Amino acid sequence: MEITAWEKVKLARMSVRPTGLDYINQILDNFIEFHGDRYYGDDHAIVGGIASFGGVPVTVIAQQKGRNTKENIVRNFSMPHPEGYRKALRLMKQAEKFHRPIICFIDTPGAFCGIGAEERGQGEAIASNLAEMILLRTPILTVVISEGGSGGALALGVADRVYMLEHAIYAILSPEGFASILYKDASKAEQAAEDMKLTAQDLLNFGIIDGIVAEPQGGAHNDPQQVAENIKIILENDLKELLELPVDQLLRQRYQKFRKI
Amino acid sequence: MNLNPFRAKKYAISKIYRTRPQEIERPRDIPEGERPNVPQGIMTKCPQCGYMIYTKNLTKNNKQCQECGYYFKISAYDRVTMIIDDGTFEEYDKDLITEDPLGFPEYDSKLKRTQIKTGLADGIVTGKGKIHGIEVMLGVMEPAFFMGSMGTVIGEKLTRLFEQAIAERLPVIVFTASGGARMQEGIFSLMQMAKVSAAVAKHSEAGLLYITVLTDPTTGGVTASFAMLGDIILAEPGALIGFAGPRVIQQTIGQKLPEGFQRSEFLLEHGFVDRIVPREQLKQTLGTILKLHDNLGTEAKGLN
Repeated sequence: MEITAWEKVKLARMSVRPTGLDYINQILDNFIEFHGDRYYGDDHAIVGGIASFGGVPVTVIAQQKGRNTKENIVRNFSMPHPEGYRKALRLMKQAEKFHRPIICFIDTPGAFCGIGAEERGQGEAIASNLAEMILLRTPILTVVISEGGSGGALALGVADRVYMLEHAIYAILSPEGFASILYKDASKAEQAAEDMKLTAQDLLNFGIIDGIVAEPQGGAHNDPQQVAENIKIILENDLKELLELPVDQLLRQRYQKFRKI
Repeated sequence: MNLNPFRAKKYAISKIYRTRPQEIERPRDIPEGERPNVPQGIMTKCPQCGYMIYTKNLTKNNKQCQECGYYFKISAYDRVTMIIDDGTFEEYDKDLITEDPLGFPEYDSKLKRTQIKTGLADGIVTGKGKIHGIEVMLGVMEPAFFMGSMGTVIGEKLTRLFEQAIAERLPVIVFTASGGARMQEGIFSLMQMAKVSAAVAKHSEAGLLYITVLTDPTTGGVTASFAMLGDIILAEPGALIGFAGPRVIQQTIGQKLPEGFQRSEFLLEHGFVDRIVPREQLKQTLGTILKLHDNLGTEAKGLN
């Protein structure tokens, strides 16, 4: 059965959907979380640390939603502040130093919009990640697991391989925001979702992502273990391939990947 | 207390004189579309202080109100004229137009109208020119073209500019003026942020100089990519600069924003801008900075 773009938006936002930490725990062993950006604070909307992926040490970074209101307040509904992006960049630089591949899970409605976020340079934090990730001398793999909202998602998305879960979305803005800007009517979000072409299938057709991770009937929450397994198989293959590439070639390919869009 | 009447009088006059320019409130909340464009008539009314300016004088005065100092928005070509030495500008990719990658409803017709209105194929002018005799790659965003929003053409033209700058070992200057990523090109617009930032990173890796000049407004995906990546970041006074727009933030947090929030001076105070430069001093300042980096190009003088 065909699922419409709007239905996918609703699916991607379901609170029962597996989160970044769920996949970290399923796919990786010995996960040790690290905290803080060393400048300002620790952003709970982004989780990061080191772990073992099939015996290979990796750095893992995930945008983290909560399961309920209480958790979501702690996680700020997975809308990171600048310190979240700076923590992510710190951990990625550390990964480069120790020749660890990086795995990122994207799941955010967008970077947080607020006074503190602006005071501390939300734009600068995201921009730095984009510019630094393109030059990182270690493989980067990214999976959009649910919502990929705008620059706040892209800040973990400059990778050698980018995947999306079957019912994930990845877009320039929320369909509601898009409708209110272009159609001057936030209630036209359903139409916007269609026009924006934000589904995994659209993005694969455009050549913007490298592949789609299959979900069980009804969505990832119906069988999180199976989805984790599907992700694991893809990442394992990629990692084997990418680790064999000379680093200069890896960086050339990463540059070309975004250059051609 | 000094009762000398002449001193007292002198003080009073100088006080009025000194405080007048600062006491006039800048209009913070005029929606983008309702701001007056640079007009065609003989007289132009300043939207800030209401002063009627002889339009010819406005052009001579760097599009700045002589009464209160308000900056009118400035077209990309006017900016090029203002910054680049006469007769040295060579434009690149002038006719590059978008392929409308999403096939977005009504985008095509709106584009055509905007192209006719502005005389531009898309929202940026790029090319090579000289400032005080020093060669530089220049990109200037056009605020009147879809509010300066960045789609595939702006992304591609800037990327080519940086790549050409690497090939010729030249500095890059970009004037930003943008509402952010262009909605009608969706995910492709978003990806331009990564593409241009990648080219900036390569240019930086090659040891070359990149200067951004943030003008009103610089927001969204442009702020969150190449605008904030300059080795040196300059801003025009009073420009709106931020990631999220003020209305979005106000809606999100449900409280009024502080006075001066997200203006150039606010960014300077918070450490995100190197220097605020009045429009009439921009060319001089850029020229001086370029001169101090002139050893980076092909004629490397070096210290050794």
